[in-house]
Amino acid sequence: MNGRRRGDGRSPSQSLGELELFTPDPPPRRAESPRTPSRAARQVPPPPPRVPVVEDAVPGATAAAAVSVMALTATARDVLEGAFPPLWVRGEVTDFKAHRNGHWYFCLRDGDAQIRCVAWARDRRIPASPDDGMQIAAFGQLTVYPARGEMQFTVTRMEAEGDGLYRKALELTRARLEADGLLDPRRKRRLPRYPRRIAVITSRDGAALRDIYAVVQRRCPAVQVVLVSAAVQGDSAPESLCYALDQVARWGKADALIIGRGGGGREDLWAFNDERVARALAACPIPTISAVGHEIDMSICDLVADLRAPTPSAAAEAAVPVQSELRERVRLYADAMGVLSAERLARARSHAAGAADDLSAAVVRHVDHGRRDLESAAGRLNALSPLATLERGFAIARDRAGKTIRSVRTLAPGADVDIVLRDGVASAKVDAISATRPVTQDGAGGVS
Amino acid sequence: MSFETSMARIEEITSRLEAEELDLDAALALFEEGIAELRAASAFLATAESRLKQLNESAAGVFKVSDLRA
Repeated sequence: MNGRRRGDGRSPSQSLGELELFTPDPPPRRAESPRTPSRAARQVPPPPPRVPVVEDAVPGATAAAAVSVMALTATARDVLEGAFPPLWVRGEVTDFKAHRNGHWYFCLRDGDAQIRCVAWARDRRIPASPDDGMQIAAFGQLTVYPARGEMQFTVTRMEAEGDGLYRKALELTRARLEADGLLDPRRKRRLPRYPRRIAVITSRDGAALRDIYAVVQRRCPAVQVVLVSAAVQGDSAPESLCYALDQVARWGKADALIIGRGGGGREDLWAFNDERVARALAACPIPTISAVGHEIDMSICDLVADLRAPTPSAAAEAAVPVQSELRERVRLYADAMGVLSAERLARARSHAAGAADDLSAAVVRHVDHGRRDLESAAGRLNALSPLATLERGFAIARDRAGKTIRSVRTLAPGADVDIVLRDGVASAKVDAISATRPVTQDGAGGVS
Repeated sequence: MSFETSMARIEEITSRLEAEELDLDAALALFEEGIAELRAASAFLATAESRLKQLNESAAGVFKVSDLRA
């Protein structure tokens, strides 16, 4: 971390006026290392070559050899830094102030003693800011702030009692996500029942990938496991995980996503508590399963994902069905369809048989109907029959050939005729003929 | 056609055949479709070995899925 600060480029004088109590910015590192008191001594500007007395050669030994304030504070800093390796210091936090430039300033107190502390924004690896009154252990370097000539503890890590800082960080992140509705249970999507392809965001070399693959291979080898590799721990992990989530979204060919890693220390798992990762996970277009560490580890990603699995293996169990069960399911459907089709055909057949019965009944009805029609027609026919006329007392004259005589013109006196009456035929001979009206073309007429 | 789509269609077809009074032509068409979907689903399930893949993205943003040794 010293290396990053070295290229800072800012000089203390640029920012001296910003804050009254403390150094407002990390001081630029001097290029030399390691620092030792003897080296610092060499930095002291040589006294003016006035009188070549032995004492004059020792800086500060005489008024003439007085050292500058700058040299004094610089030397004091080098001495302190050389004498104290980075170390943990325990105390109570007071006067905490987060400056708008991101740096933290506070005091650590213990009884009557106190030490001013600074935690530079870029150098600290602290999950959340401590609160005043919190008992903490701070890790850092004791140094001198030359601008004020004060001893200062530059803090890079911090632990509070009972994981206070981690809890606080989690609570803050959780509250922000909750405020945006990202923890709403109604957001939880159902996992696909039959995924074809599972994307897995994890480390390429981690145990999580192997565990997930082993479970998929055992349960449902038809499902493809596609690794989208990402760093799962370290400073770059949150960004790497966000990038992988973005890739999964843009790729768009996976049916579900498992994001996670195997077990590890709290700091190893910390990337999965990162708010950016949680938000990227919430925005994932496909259903997500979070599997971070072991069963007892609970992460912010677990809260945001559609399903929280206690381990990567459990995530794979939840993600893919058992292939043999699927086969059984398909077989059951095939059976059901077979039965249904047989039933449907049987029904069609019986329906056809019923239709045939209906048809013959219809034919019978039709024939009966026809018969009734016939009878009625016969009745009407009978009414019109000349025989009926005979019944009413009329007679028909026929010649001997049996032809009806319709006009006297076909007759001559002496011709033989038969007179047909209702109950018999009388044979007669014509005596005389007289026409009662002019003979018409149709020859209507008869014997009366 | 994915396994999921096939299974969904099979379920739909089965329930329609069970519940609805379809005319024979419609029922036979559904049977035929159901059998095709069942075949597709079975083909998917015939896969006996899963393959581990890795997603790679080119500088141009083109995705490629390649084999990864387990």
